[in-house]
Amino acid sequence: MHQEDSDQAKAYQQLVKSNQPKKPIVKNVLLAFLYGGMISLVGQGIQVAFIVGGMSKEDATSPTTVVLIGLGALLTGLGWYDQLTKHGGMGATLPITGFANAMVAPAMEFRREGLVMGVGVKLFTVAGPVLVYGLSAAFVVGVVRYLVTGVA
Amino acid sequence: MTFVWAFVVGGLLCVIAQLVLDLSSLSPAHVLVLFVVIGAILGGVGLYRPLVAFAGAGATVPLPGFGYTLVEGIATAVKTKGLLGLFTGGLTAAAGGIKASVIFGLTVALIFKPKA
Repeated sequence: MHQEDSDQAKAYQQLVKSNQPKKPIVKNVLLAFLYGGMISLVGQGIQVAFIVGGMSKEDATSPTTVVLIGLGALLTGLGWYDQLTKHGGMGATLPITGFANAMVAPAMEFRREGLVMGVGVKLFTVAGPVLVYGLSAAFVVGVVRYLVTGVA
Repeated sequence: MTFVWAFVVGGLLCVIAQLVLDLSSLSPAHVLVLFVVIGAILGGVGLYRPLVAFAGAGATVPLPGFGYTLVEGIATAVKTKGLLGLFTGGLTAAAGGIKASVIFGLTVALIFKPKA
């Protein structure tokens, strides 16, 4: 009886699997390349503008990030960035503009739950884990490098 | 030429992320966390810096660039501040981006209403 049950369960799982829509991986990958490439290209343009303005290559990275985050946040507010993530997938999510989108979108949506528990909390829905694990990973990497090389 | 490589490398990093998303059961948030950690590790072993030199924004705009920035900041701070730099360097280097995302994020979330 039990054997029969698990066989049925297995058959059912297979049925579910065969009826799930197949992910269009090739299309997703191509779109991710185009969107990610375009956003990086825009970033490079902004960075070059700062360099032309007199900054060194290293110094220009931080203000470029600031501008891109501003753009990502603004486009999210206008409702346009959702279209980019819908079509471009990780091509729009992985760039820093997508990080801004991941902060703003839930904060807007949960505005009605208040400025603290709505906006304040939801701004860090994705940014929270990214900061926690990014900072921790960088700390561990720094410690290991310090132990190995004497400088981090 | 950097413009071409910015496009290609930025695009390829997103392709890898898309493949991870499609071929695993991870959510986009998991992929972002994973890629920041990968960026920190690649920065630590010295592989990400040449990529930044080669592809510019193609390497710094995608999120692994954030992990790399944290590690580079620690390296710089440890040189001048010693071990305290392990605690101050990462956020110092990433301060612009983090502060911008809070200020712009809060402003936009307060001004705009979500579409439907």
